[in-house]
Amino acid sequence: MAVSLDVNGKTVTVEAGEDTPLMWVLRDEIGLTGTKFGCGIAQCGACTVHLNGQPVRSCSLPVSAAVGAKVTTIEGLGGNHPAQQAWAKLDVPQCGYCQSGQIMSAAALLAENSAPTDEDIDAAMSGNICRCGTYQRIRAAIKEAAGIAKALPTAG
Amino acid sequence: MTRHIRNLAASAVQAVGRTVDGAVKAGATRREMLVTSVAAGGALLVGCSMEDVMSAGSPVKPGAFGPFIRIDPDGAVTVISKHIEFGQGNHAGLAAIVAEELDADWARVRVEQAPANAKLYANLGMGVQGTGGSTAIANSWDQLRKAGAGARAMFVQAAANKWQVGAEGITVKDGLVSHAASGKSAGFGELLADAAKVTPPESPKLKDPKDFTLIGTPRVRRKDSVAKSNGTARFTQDVQEEGLLVAMVAHAPRFGGKVKSFDDAAARKVPGVVNVFKIPTGVAVVAKSTWAARQGRDALTVEWNEDKAEKRGSDVMLAQYKDIAAGKGGEDVKWTPFETHGDMASVTDGALFEATYDFPYLAHAAMEPMNCVARVNGNNARLTFGSQIPTVDQLNTAKIVGNLPGAVQIETLFAGGSFGRRANFQSDYVVECVHIAKKVGKGTPVKLVWTREDDMRAGLFRPMVHHDVKIRLDKDGFPASWRHRIVTQSIMKGSPMGTPKLDETAVEGALGSPYLKATPAVDGQVALPDAGVPVLWWRSVGATHTAFVMEHTIDQLALKAGKDPVDYRRALYQKADAKRHLAALDLALEKAGPTVAEGYTRGVAVHESFGSVVAEIAEVKIGPGGEPKVGRVVVAVDCGIAVSPDQIAAQMEGGVCYGLSAALYGQITLKDGAVQESNFDTYRVLRNSEAPTVETWIVPSNNAPSGVGEPGTPVIAPAVANALLAMGRPATTSLPMVKPA
Repeated sequence: MAVSLDVNGKTVTVEAGEDTPLMWVLRDEIGLTGTKFGCGIAQCGACTVHLNGQPVRSCSLPVSAAVGAKVTTIEGLGGNHPAQQAWAKLDVPQCGYCQSGQIMSAAALLAENSAPTDEDIDAAMSGNICRCGTYQRIRAAIKEAAGIAKALPTAG
Repeated sequence: MTRHIRNLAASAVQAVGRTVDGAVKAGATRREMLVTSVAAGGALLVGCSMEDVMSAGSPVKPGAFGPFIRIDPDGAVTVISKHIEFGQGNHAGLAAIVAEELDADWARVRVEQAPANAKLYANLGMGVQGTGGSTAIANSWDQLRKAGAGARAMFVQAAANKWQVGAEGITVKDGLVSHAASGKSAGFGELLADAAKVTPPESPKLKDPKDFTLIGTPRVRRKDSVAKSNGTARFTQDVQEEGLLVAMVAHAPRFGGKVKSFDDAAARKVPGVVNVFKIPTGVAVVAKSTWAARQGRDALTVEWNEDKAEKRGSDVMLAQYKDIAAGKGGEDVKWTPFETHGDMASVTDGALFEATYDFPYLAHAAMEPMNCVARVNGNNARLTFGSQIPTVDQLNTAKIVGNLPGAVQIETLFAGGSFGRRANFQSDYVVECVHIAKKVGKGTPVKLVWTREDDMRAGLFRPMVHHDVKIRLDKDGFPASWRHRIVTQSIMKGSPMGTPKLDETAVEGALGSPYLKATPAVDGQVALPDAGVPVLWWRSVGATHTAFVMEHTIDQLALKAGKDPVDYRRALYQKADAKRHLAALDLALEKAGPTVAEGYTRGVAVHESFGSVVAEIAEVKIGPGGEPKVGRVVVAVDCGIAVSPDQIAAQMEGGVCYGLSAALYGQITLKDGAVQESNFDTYRVLRNSEAPTVETWIVPSNNAPSGVGEPGTPVIAPAVANALLAMGRPATTSLPMVKPA
């Protein structure tokens, strides 16, 4: 069936069964490969995207559930998001495979909480696995990003 | 791993000349005269020379500055890495070595991945192209320094010729070549055409390390962090091209199972599925998209022949290991000594310490499940994936397509972790992909995708291990005799290099331990019973268990002797003349300082692996649910000259997390031969809220660089166990520490 989606501000129409996970539609049909396949059962967070600003695991979300919502992927974050700047500044990534998902979870956290504590970070980031063990740099980068965001002229 | 794989190239060539029925056809061209494997895991090559194995068909033509350096007309420098980057940060270090000697502008240095070409890009420690054993920086150190210094000399000579001045008055800094006396200067780009014509010097002068301006500074940073923060870094999973098909494979539920029959009627009805067929490892479903392949595979009905499958549970195997260690293993148990000295029989009195330790199978569980893209057209194969040992992957692919290994082209991409998994003698997932691509044919690109469940149940696990130690103490409480028995599966048995007399992967870390050196009488032996479970190295290999046994035993001995575990270690290190261990321990203690975080208890461990010595001090408390919670970890590492201090720190941070994840939670279990864990819901791994904060300190050294990717990993488990012991809790005699509910 034809499915129309709002992805990164653009309307795209793809052929997909309604139970196809959003992740495979984004990757295989739309070609947005920044969103990663890690576990397929919403355990690792590598596939995290935003649905109306909320972090969701796109591997376990049927594409039909994304119809009518605003989908944002790592590509839609723009490249200069404070979290992306902080990630590069602190050399957070190692293998890098989980980092799109980490950054999407972090971006959602920062949108709601401009000064997250360690506990806030634990709560928001524990759904994202990193096998390289970049966790402490992720924590530092989220705090760094909060600082960058504060310094931006548009920040509230 | 390096030394274990070292003889692969030689053994491949030794096999030349053996004939295999049907492999050499009358009138065959040289390229067809290759090929085929008979023995399990054996790489038998027929009718080709070393030259053929290593380079035939290679598309690589090195430029004027050699195979590792390319310089663009605008002066930008590209360093070509012979090593895959899957997190270790080696691309940063390799580029820095070149940039240092070349005096390039670090901001204008980028890194590119070399294609498969063992002649140009062999790991000098292995003899084949490959990454592993924490050797990327170590084996490249001299090679890349010379490459950088050689290119620099060519620019200096070109400038001297052009400006009609003496080369000795020319300096190079940040990619700018200058002659102070004449006031002339030019960038690499301006001098490029002339420099390319200069004959490269045979032995260019290298810098005195004290004159390094980049190496060892915080300026040496990753070159891929931006691409890995915006979704553009390219992994195998991301390969998309015209006509690409996606394949998934139904695998036998038990190791050694074979397809008996299958019904593909329902699978073929799934929209997007284009073909279903049997391959040696199962039934392949080929489709136009990943989800179609997945649905098609789920719709298959396969009947398996499990006559030769491994049907034992891991509990049964462990019981067998314990029997063997206790001398109840029967007549056919073969013990191989790994460390024996002194007279055991003369030590009959003194307090006896006895302990046994059990370690489970472990999955690598890299974030990117194993995958590969292959295109096969007749005898030609072109692969795109995260190839960790391209030469081995070429050999195994060549056997399937009937060509020379060097003719198999491999483009290596970033890989989403490996931890050893992508380096295996069978090239398991690669071979599976090539079989499918061969059947599809016509050069059609085929991407093999393993699900997390496929990846976790495919085996090539860290072997299960049992240790049994019996130690008699002297009057001062130090070991007078040390009897050590290790029972595990051999990783090296059946490798293309043949089975070694002593499989060091099973004993390294006990073998070479300063504690054994300091003990007057030692009897260390290993038994390697067969099992049908494929096993492999796993980040830090033998040290994953030997470091735990040696380090946790030492703390128990110190406790028994009524001594402080740090003082106890120091005394043994002094006896063994283990100066690097002492220095690392002292640095870690100094940096940890006297104050322990409130509610936490410290544990210490020190271990040498891959040429580097790592000391770790872990602060541990009992957290919610009674699970150990690790707060601060202070690491001191002696890894020779530190090329990239920040990436060394990153590897210590990552190594601690990887080791801690296994120590606390990691466990693969088999029930009647079937792997019980399947995904991260059943194979628990460390998460952000459970991760410690790691502080890394580097022991100053003038030695050549040694490994950092693995050595941080095995030290954390005993450091945590020793902290628990210091709390008054019982010794930890089996891992993981947190037993599954």
